[in-house]
Amino acid sequence: MASETDQRSRNHARRKWLIGPDFVVQRDPDRCIQCQVCVRQCANDVHEYDAEEEIVRSDSTTCVGCHRCATLCPTQAISIRRGNLEFRPHGSWTAGALRNIYKQAETGGVLLSGMGNDETLPVYWDHLLLNASQVTNPSIDPLREPMELVTYLGRKPDAVQLAGSGVSLSLATQLPPQLELQVPIMFSAMSYGSISYNASIALARAAKELCTFANSGEGGLHKDIRPYGGNMIVQVASGRFGVDVDYLNAASAIEIKIGQGAKPGIGGHLPGEKVDASIAATRMIPEGTDALSPAPHHDIYSIEDLRQLIYAVKEVTCYRKPVSVKIAAVHNVAAIASGCVRAGADIVAIDGYRGGTGAAPTMIRNNVGIPTEFAMAAVDTRLREEGIRNQASIVVAGGFRCSADVVKAIALGADAVYIGSAALVAMGCHLCQKCYTGKCNWGIATQDPYLTRRLNPDVATRRLVNLLRGWALETKEMMGGMGINAIESLRGNREHLRGVGLTDTELKILDVKAAGA
Amino acid sequence: MTRPRRIIAREEYCIGCRLCEIHCLVRRSRSRKIIKAFRNERDKVAPAVQVEQSGYASFALQCRHCDQAPCIEACITGAMHRDPATGAVLCDQERCVGCWMCVMVCPVGAVRPGQDRRVASKCDLCMGEEMPACVANCPNEALVYQSEDE
Amino acid sequence: MMSGILDQKDMSGCAISGMLSETGRRFGCDAIVRSIANMHERSNGLGGGFAAYGIYPECEDHYVIHLMCDHAQGKKDAEAVLASRCAVHNDEPIPVRPTDAMPHWPILHRYFVTPREDKQQRQYRMTDDDAVVQVVMAINADVEGAYVFSSGRNMGVFKGVGYPEDVAEFFRLEDYKGHMWIAHGRFPTNTTGWWGGAHPFGLLDWAVVHNGEISSYGINRRYLKNFGYNCALHTDTEVITYLFDLLMRKHRLPLEIACMAMAPPFWAQVQRMPEPQRKLLTVLRTIYGGALLNGPFSVVVGHKGGMIAFNDRIKLRPMTAARKETMLFVASEEAAIREMCDDPDRVWYAEGGVPIVGELRPAAVSAVNV
Repeated sequence: MASETDQRSRNHARRKWLIGPDFVVQRDPDRCIQCQVCVRQCANDVHEYDAEEEIVRSDSTTCVGCHRCATLCPTQAISIRRGNLEFRPHGSWTAGALRNIYKQAETGGVLLSGMGNDETLPVYWDHLLLNASQVTNPSIDPLREPMELVTYLGRKPDAVQLAGSGVSLSLATQLPPQLELQVPIMFSAMSYGSISYNASIALARAAKELCTFANSGEGGLHKDIRPYGGNMIVQVASGRFGVDVDYLNAASAIEIKIGQGAKPGIGGHLPGEKVDASIAATRMIPEGTDALSPAPHHDIYSIEDLRQLIYAVKEVTCYRKPVSVKIAAVHNVAAIASGCVRAGADIVAIDGYRGGTGAAPTMIRNNVGIPTEFAMAAVDTRLREEGIRNQASIVVAGGFRCSADVVKAIALGADAVYIGSAALVAMGCHLCQKCYTGKCNWGIATQDPYLTRRLNPDVATRRLVNLLRGWALETKEMMGGMGINAIESLRGNREHLRGVGLTDTELKILDVKAAGA
Repeated sequence: MTRPRRIIAREEYCIGCRLCEIHCLVRRSRSRKIIKAFRNERDKVAPAVQVEQSGYASFALQCRHCDQAPCIEACITGAMHRDPATGAVLCDQERCVGCWMCVMVCPVGAVRPGQDRRVASKCDLCMGEEMPACVANCPNEALVYQSEDE
Repeated sequence: MMSGILDQKDMSGCAISGMLSETGRRFGCDAIVRSIANMHERSNGLGGGFAAYGIYPECEDHYVIHLMCDHAQGKKDAEAVLASRCAVHNDEPIPVRPTDAMPHWPILHRYFVTPREDKQQRQYRMTDDDAVVQVVMAINADVEGAYVFSSGRNMGVFKGVGYPEDVAEFFRLEDYKGHMWIAHGRFPTNTTGWWGGAHPFGLLDWAVVHNGEISSYGINRRYLKNFGYNCALHTDTEVITYLFDLLMRKHRLPLEIACMAMAPPFWAQVQRMPEPQRKLLTVLRTIYGGALLNGPFSVVVGHKGGMIAFNDRIKLRPMTAARKETMLFVASEEAAIREMCDDPDRVWYAEGGVPIVGELRPAAVSAVNV
């Protein structure tokens, strides 16, 4: 790791940049009571109490825009505004593009970002509209009639086999292992290491309470989370952190992570500073070492190798748990998904380009991968064309912000969705995108014990449960409005979607008609 | 019969922000308005709770309203008494003469000399309010107001 | 396919009725026509139709293809497709009687065929039924200006644009005798009415009439595509028919099970059931999610084994049933039932999700073999 001198000179160098701060802290002197809550709470040392003059002052240079100080200030004296240097407007040389060059000129390094793609590219969810029933078909009232969201994820046969007849009719089909969800939303993979212990435990607890599942990410499964195994999915990623027989058998399903939407084609990186004793034990690596996940799995160089790994995992778990394969949404995602299904995956998880991460090179995060919406539509269409749609459930991820996004994804064909960023936001994240620094002021993406205390797992669990409960109720309202009382009738039902502001090609790929048609 | 409610600090969730101290002061002020209280009343009122800190560990400490209260025993005038309804230990500031024996005997240092008058000053569980100010304003729910039986 | 198909999904507000003799006794069409005419107000004259079973006893082994065509070229092309896969034993125009109520009609012709035994059939292990389905799909999807609207054995669908009682007169239904009759009057809200869009929808021995709108249509259609059914007509009835064909003929599910796949009980009810039943229903619903029919519907399905009347699971459309001795009657309204039978033994309302089943009992059937 860098020596202390390098560290200090890096900090020092930061202040010599040729650009103004990203954010400016404005303090209303009429409202500030010098209580110093902001001083105590900022992990980036923005605020300082001048004891001589008895006043709090702010140095905006290191402000990351996390809003911790502003939201905790008891008199709402603090505003956080965008940086104070206005560049001459330029369609191509945006302020962001300029800043990136200044940073790289200073450091010679790879630009890093946290969370998901923040470019202003079209959000296709916002171009899809939902139906409602009127006159020819009554809407159904979710407050008075049953409205069913129960979802089963896993491989399903095309037909049911029965034995006997009449009174002695019985089931001959042995259904392959399934995950039962009471709501078609799960918590996406966020590794213990990229997020704090408290955050991990809150996700597990919320999943249990909501009768859905949380994905452990590639950081292994902490022993305190093992009791929640009935509501956990564990990941086998390219670094194989924490993977052993007990780990694979501890949860309800195993996910082989081939890629993720935020950084398709490259591996993960957890800096050594974030690898404390507990993380080291969970991941089974020495304390303080970088946890580097390689780009490919070094035992999966072709589709048949994936099949071998899928069945190795199934053997180890005695074929009692569904095996999922997580891929990033890239150009030929439909063909890849089809391959994964034929390779034996029971669930295929597709992560679109808005997917979040603790750390990714900015260039890759913003420029690699395709939108979740197209990936979902293409994969569902392709699997149906090949007649294999029943053989695996499809779960999508990547930037779901609200229940309407979820309903649209299901209408495009998703069996369920994963939420990552939305879950973190529910816990308190303000999307400052500095997760990779390990100084998350909200106690989420950090291992610093001073900061991790800030996330009370009871409060975080409650907020996650509240979020999904609200979304489930909204989903039921939207379904009832469409005259549907079972989620199976929404799933893949593109008749209930219409596009607005989309080109013919986009409509064709989504297989959705234009609004008015 | 369940025991009456007390303020319980969960040390693992205290973030050391000291908002409990700030809101305690506001609740005990005359104006009960935060900006006014901090501008004009700092010399007259002080919080009854104090955050104890060591490294990254911290927690808010106020009067424990002990079952066997040394301050009541030490009080020479009987100003320090127990409220029959809640069992809280309260100081009748009209009877208090400011000898500050209570300050000296309190094992946790929760009783302090009054800011502007020669009396004893300590937590009274925000008598008469639904929820003590420190509990209501802790941003991380590190303070809870519940019976020890819960 | 015929012109007049819009890319819009059809919805059906309507009238339906059906009557079955479980012993196979054949009778004329007056009762069924009276019943559907009684419900005149439920239609708007843009579609009416009937399905009759047991009407071609003299050639019960032949598949009778009822074809409608916009123009002579369509007929020629359809005949070419038909002849390429089937031996055509006989063909004739369908007898009609022009009426004032129905001044225009397409070319209407019928063919008595059996599929040819050929290499492709043997190689893919297709049954005769599969082969006929394939031919019908081929004509309906690919032949411009032609549409097969009936393709069963010893049964026929008769339908067009007009009130059902007018359609009955037009097709000279009084000339036929059958052991089961199904009728439908349509109230379409989107098209100007085209002949192929009327109900019943027929495929092989299946004839389906439907009142309601399937809100799960979009996924039912795509689910069926998985199994090779091309829903070219954009109607709910087509999808319902194909689901019955898939579940009962291809997957060989008993009727009750197929109905439970299409209108499953609520999860809350399933959880309270005893174990073997609970497991069966859970597995059934897990596998057949794409076959779940949502939305209001009243459906009467005719098939070679009898008649099924079936409602959606929250009972949003009406369906009344009645029995007298070995006759079963179903209709959207009790008044229509009374037109078919003025003194039934028993009258009741269909329960949501639970089918009413009329079974043709082979022992009691005479020489007729459907």
